[in-house]
Amino acid sequence: MIEALSFEFIQHALIAGGLVSLAAGIIGSLIIVNRMVFLAGGIAHASYGGIGLAIFLGLPVFLGASLFAVGSALLISVLTLRKRERIDTFIGLIWAVGMAIGVIFIDITPGYHVDMMSYLFGSILAVSTEDLYFMGILLGIILFVMFFWYRDILAVSYDSEYAALRGVNVRFFYTFILVLSALTVVIAIKVVGLILVIAMLTIPVYIAEKLSTSLGKMMLYAGLISMFFTYIGLWFSYSYNLTSGASIIIVSALCLGLFLLINHTKNT
Amino acid sequence: MNVIDISHLSFAYDKEFILEDINLAVGKHDFLAIIGPNGGGKSTLLKLILGIYKPKSGTVRVLGKEPSKEISHIGYVPQNTNINIDFPIKVIEVVMMGHVGGKRPLFGYGKDEKACAMGALAQVGMEAYAEYKIGSLSGGQRQRVMIARALCAHPSILILDEPTSSIDVAGQRDIYELLKTLAKQITIIVVSHDISVILEYANKVAHINRTLSYHDISNKEATFHTHHPKGHFCEVELLQMLGSDDYQSCNIEKTPKWRSKK
Repeated sequence: MIEALSFEFIQHALIAGGLVSLAAGIIGSLIIVNRMVFLAGGIAHASYGGIGLAIFLGLPVFLGASLFAVGSALLISVLTLRKRERIDTFIGLIWAVGMAIGVIFIDITPGYHVDMMSYLFGSILAVSTEDLYFMGILLGIILFVMFFWYRDILAVSYDSEYAALRGVNVRFFYTFILVLSALTVVIAIKVVGLILVIAMLTIPVYIAEKLSTSLGKMMLYAGLISMFFTYIGLWFSYSYNLTSGASIIIVSALCLGLFLLINHTKNT
Repeated sequence: MNVIDISHLSFAYDKEFILEDINLAVGKHDFLAIIGPNGGGKSTLLKLILGIYKPKSGTVRVLGKEPSKEISHIGYVPQNTNINIDFPIKVIEVVMMGHVGGKRPLFGYGKDEKACAMGALAQVGMEAYAEYKIGSLSGGQRQRVMIARALCAHPSILILDEPTSSIDVAGQRDIYELLKTLAKQITIIVVSHDISVILEYANKVAHINRTLSYHDISNKEATFHTHHPKGHFCEVELLQMLGSDDYQSCNIEKTPKWRSKK
């Protein structure tokens, strides 16, 4: 096991796992408390359209996925703020259409097709140095925003109606949270894939929420718990030659089950 | 000067008027109860006073100005305080949300803001719970915290929308006792369904059902001749008041108007 650490791809995987876990912990907390899980799912799947487009045009996949994810985040933001009724229908639409666009683009891309499974289920063992920079910069931005606008984001998340009355620009922060979610989804795709990304954004956060008395602590705990799941999952994946993303999610789900069981027996 | 002046106010979401030709003056020491049927326009009137909606015609003046300009003088306690119970947030953080923009530290909260929030919590008797998670409080305690949040900005008017709808009877009485104390310093406006309790504490009543009828009930014994002090109003007393055009006539009439009308 120790000799594995000398491989560069393993080192990259560990750094990527840490960066993405922390980002997912912070943004996942915001997604959960703002009840945006379905929205995040829509954004994740819509980004597949961007992956397809990027492969078709020969652009970096991160760029295509980010464009589509942020685009759908802005679209969802406009829809939720303007058309509250039937919003779930529209998110379902964005979800499916984004996937369909991706599939069509890959169909019409000539020549050898890269393994699309890696985008659906993650490919943490194939993280490049550029990927790490992208993840690091995004985590930096997220930390910066949380540090300086924590109280506004807290107010919008807890009680947006009241925040608006106190002069907080609710629309701006709501959109901002969605855009950060979109970018986090894009980097999490590398680790667990877009199908499993929702589990990474929710399971550690759910456990963290029960343990925390403030949103800041919830973000920190969620990040650390997520990191723990990621490393244990990676270890399983490496030892038994299993798909890394799926291993991480199964470890998370088993731990959640254990947590619920302990919580339940404590309360009775 | 009146704290709130509403004259010839009309409002409609679409074509049908929700409020029509409303006139209301609220004085500095008023404890005003806004009552009326569901859909009668109570909450709409509140939102007009808060400046969330703009009137179709007529004017709303808060301290002589447009409501949106005086928003920092209005403390508002929204209807549903049971939202987001699982949200990991401490009582003190909820209260500090009441601070209005203006000067603020680069990050987090200032020492003065924290002190001010603790003061507001003390006012509602909740300072011992500052570090508790909001979800661990009872409905009545949470309502007090929301009142503290509204007091945080040192408002001259406190507006509450259905403050006791999810609290047991003992808790309701506590909330109203608290409001009564606060009413010595600031203007209180309460929208409520629990008319049996609210009429006990309020000194002015506005009944809203598209139009507004206004009653001064400062003197309870004269107004409700069968009323026992400290008791709830029974349905008959309430009918006497609501059914008569001029409830003070209840005093002199042998048969109350509401009965003779039918």
